[in-house]
Amino acid sequence: MLKINNLHASVEDKSILKGINLEIKAGEVHAIMGPNGSGKSTLASVVAGKEEYEVTDGTILLEGEDIEELAAEERAHKGIFLSFQYPVEIPGVSVTNFMKTAINANRKAKGLEDMPANEMLKLIREKSEMLEIDRKFLSRSLNEGFSGGEKKRNEIFQMAMLEPKLAILDETDSGLDIDALRIVANGVNKLKSKDNAVLVITHYQRLLDYIVPDFVHVLYNGKIVKSGGKELAHELEEKGYDWIKEEVNA
Amino acid sequence: MDLKEKLVSSFLAFENHVDIDCKIHDIRTEAIKTFETKGFPSKKEEAWKYTSLNSILKHDYSVFPKQENAIEYSDVKKYFIHDIDTYKIVFIDGKYASHLSQTTHDGIDVCLMSAALNKPKYRLVIENYFNKVATKESLTSLNTAFAQEGAYIHIPKNKLVNKPIQILHLSTGSEIALMQQPRNLIVVDENSHVQIIERHQSLSDHPVLTNSVTEIFGNKRAIIDYYKIQNDNVNASLIDNTYVNQKRESHVSVHTFSFGGKLTRNNLNFYQNGEHMDSTLNGITIIGDKQHVDHNTLVHHIEPNCESHQDYKGIFNDSATGVFNGKVIVNKEAQKTNAFQSNNNILLSDKATINSKPQLEIFADDVKCSHGCTIGQLDESAMFYLRSRGIPQKEAKALLMYAFANNVLETVKIPELKKRINRLIATKLGVNIGFDL
Ligand SMILES: Nc1ncnc2c1ncn2[C@@H]1O[C@H](COP(=O)(O)OP(=O)(O)OP(=O)(O)O)[C@@H](O)[C@H]1O
Ligand SMILES: [Mg+2]
Repeated sequence: MLKINNLHASVEDKSILKGINLEIKAGEVHAIMGPNGSGKSTLASVVAGKEEYEVTDGTILLEGEDIEELAAEERAHKGIFLSFQYPVEIPGVSVTNFMKTAINANRKAKGLEDMPANEMLKLIREKSEMLEIDRKFLSRSLNEGFSGGEKKRNEIFQMAMLEPKLAILDETDSGLDIDALRIVANGVNKLKSKDNAVLVITHYQRLLDYIVPDFVHVLYNGKIVKSGGKELAHELEEKGYDWIKEEVNA
Repeated sequence: MDLKEKLVSSFLAFENHVDIDCKIHDIRTEAIKTFETKGFPSKKEEAWKYTSLNSILKHDYSVFPKQENAIEYSDVKKYFIHDIDTYKIVFIDGKYASHLSQTTHDGIDVCLMSAALNKPKYRLVIENYFNKVATKESLTSLNTAFAQEGAYIHIPKNKLVNKPIQILHLSTGSEIALMQQPRNLIVVDENSHVQIIERHQSLSDHPVLTNSVTEIFGNKRAIIDYYKIQNDNVNASLIDNTYVNQKRESHVSVHTFSFGGKLTRNNLNFYQNGEHMDSTLNGITIIGDKQHVDHNTLVHHIEPNCESHQDYKGIFNDSATGVFNGKVIVNKEAQKTNAFQSNNNILLSDKATINSKPQLEIFADDVKCSHGCTIGQLDESAMFYLRSRGIPQKEAKALLMYAFANNVLETVKIPELKKRINRLIATKLGVNIGFDL
C-alpha cells in the first residue's frame, strides 16, 4: 500500500526527516511513537502532501505509484486521509457543507456525479450515529469552538465518511476521555478491512489496546530507529525513550 | 471644455426643460453654485486621499441622453431578481422605462421622482423631505442641481410592503460616454416596513459615470432594508451618495455588494435622530484587475440608547485597490451608544492594496464602541486541511472566501436575493460550489 524509501524532508532549510524507510501493507496497522519534535507529524504531513515541506531525497509510493508530484487533494482522491493532530478551525463553513463538498469533490475526481442529497443525509446520519455525534453539532462551523475531544471525534467522522485506503491518525487519542476513546477506536476498527491500512501516531499505549498494531516503530530525530511488534509499545510505556536514545547515540 | 465647465454650462440647457418657478429649482440653483465653487473632489481632500476621479472625469460624457432606447425584457431579465414578484422602477439611459417597470399608487407610492416633483399631490412630502438630509458636499450638490429623475417611494404609516422594490438603472451604450445622475427619495412612515434592491448595469463597454443621490427617511419604528448590487461592466463607474435619516425605534440596514465596475465610491451616511434605534451597514467587496472600490461611511449618533453595526469584508485580487474609511461620531448627549465597526480584508495578490481607516470621534463617556480591521492572506493551514479532504485548491480557496464573507450574507433577508448574491460570488470566484450558505 505505502512504501517510503529513504525519505528526507526539510522546512525552511531545516532538515526534519532524515532517511525514513517504512512499508505498510494492505490490512496492516502500524503505530509510530517517539519523543516530541522527532518528526512524526511532519512525516504525516509530507505523506498527505503539505507543500510547506520540501522532499529533498527519497520516494513515497502509494500502491506502487510515486506520489511526490501529486497535490494534497489528488492524494486524498487516491485514498490518503490524515486525521490532524491539530484540526484547523474554519469559521463560516458548517460540518455538513464541508462534508458534502469533500464527498462530491472526491466523487468528481472519480468521474462520478454528485451524491444525491437524500443519500448524503443518510450517510451523514449513519456515520455520525456510529461516532455518537450530536446532530446539532453538524450545523456548527467546522471545528470552531469545538473541544479538543470533539475535534478528534470529528476527524474520525470525516474518515468514516470518506472511507480512505490509508488512514494516518496523528495523536487522535489526545484530548479524548475514556468513553470517547472507545467510541473513536471502535469507529476506526469498523472501517478496517484487508484492503486498507492504518498508521497510528501516538504517545500512549492505551489507544493501542483498542486499535491493535501489527508493527510499532520508534521515530527519533527524523529516523525510524527501532521497530517491533505490539509489545514494543508496552516497553516504551514502561521505560520511556532514554534507552532508545542511548542506543542510537552509542 | 472639461467636465466641470460642461456641467455648469449645461445647467442653463437643463433649465429649459424643468419648471423653474418652484422651490425645488431654488435648491437646484443654489446647488449648482456650490458645485461650481467646490468642483470635483481631489486627492488633496482627506476624504478622497485614496480615490482619484481623474481617470473617469476625462471622458466627454453626454449629460442628457438624446434618445429613448428600447430594450426587451428578455435581454435584461438576468439583472432582475425575477423569481419573485416585485415592484420595479427601471430606467434606461436615465429615462423611465415604463414597459419594464411595475409601479404602484395603491396605498403606497412607488413611482418616479419627476412625477413627485411636479404633481401637487406630492408637494407636502417633497417639501418636508427633498434635500433635507443630503449635504452640500460637492458631488451631492452636483446631483441636486440636476435632480429630476429617479425613484420616489413613499410608504405611509402601518404598511408592510408585501414585495420588494427593485430600482434598476440600465445604460445601453448608445452614447459614446454617458453621465447619469439619478435622484431617489425614500420616505417610510411610522411602523412601516420596506425592502429595496438597487442595481446599476451598463450593457456595453462604453464609459458610464453615475453620480447618484439617495435620501432615505426612516420614521418612528420604520424598518428599511436596502440592498445595493454593484457588479457593473469594466468601464462603468459609480459614485453613490446615500443619506439615511432615522427617527426613534427605527431599524435601517444597507448592504452593499461590490463585485464589479471600474471605480466605485460609496458615501454612506447615517444620522440617528432619536433614541432606541439601530443602523446596520454591511458590505462584501470582491474585485480584481484594476478595479477600485471605496467605502466611505459615516454613522452619527446624536441621541442616547442607539446601536450601529458595520461589517465590511473585502477580497482583492490582481491590482485591485480598496478603501474603507469608517467614521463614527458619538455626540456628548448620545450616552449608552453601542457602535461596532469591523473591516476585514484578504489580499490574494501582492499587487492588490487596501487602505482601511477607522475614525472614531466619541464625545460621550458611557458608550461601547469597538472597531477592528484586519488585512491578511488566505490561511495556509486551512487550505491544506480542506485540500487534504480532496477539495481542489480552487474550490478550497473559494470555500474559505465564502466562509470569510458568510456572516454578511446571513443578514440578507430576501432568500432569492441571497441565492443570487451567492451565485454572483461563485461566478466572481470562478467556481461552481454545490451548496448555499
Ligand atoms: N513549519 C515548520 N517550521 C519550522 N519548524 C518546523 C515546522 N514543522 C515542524 N517543525 C519542526 O520539526 C520538528 C518536528 O516536528 P513534528 O511536529 O513533526 O514533531 P512531532 O514528532 O509530531 O512532535 P509531537 O510529539 O510534539 O507532536 C520540530 O522540531 C518542529 O519544531
Ligand atoms: Mg506531532
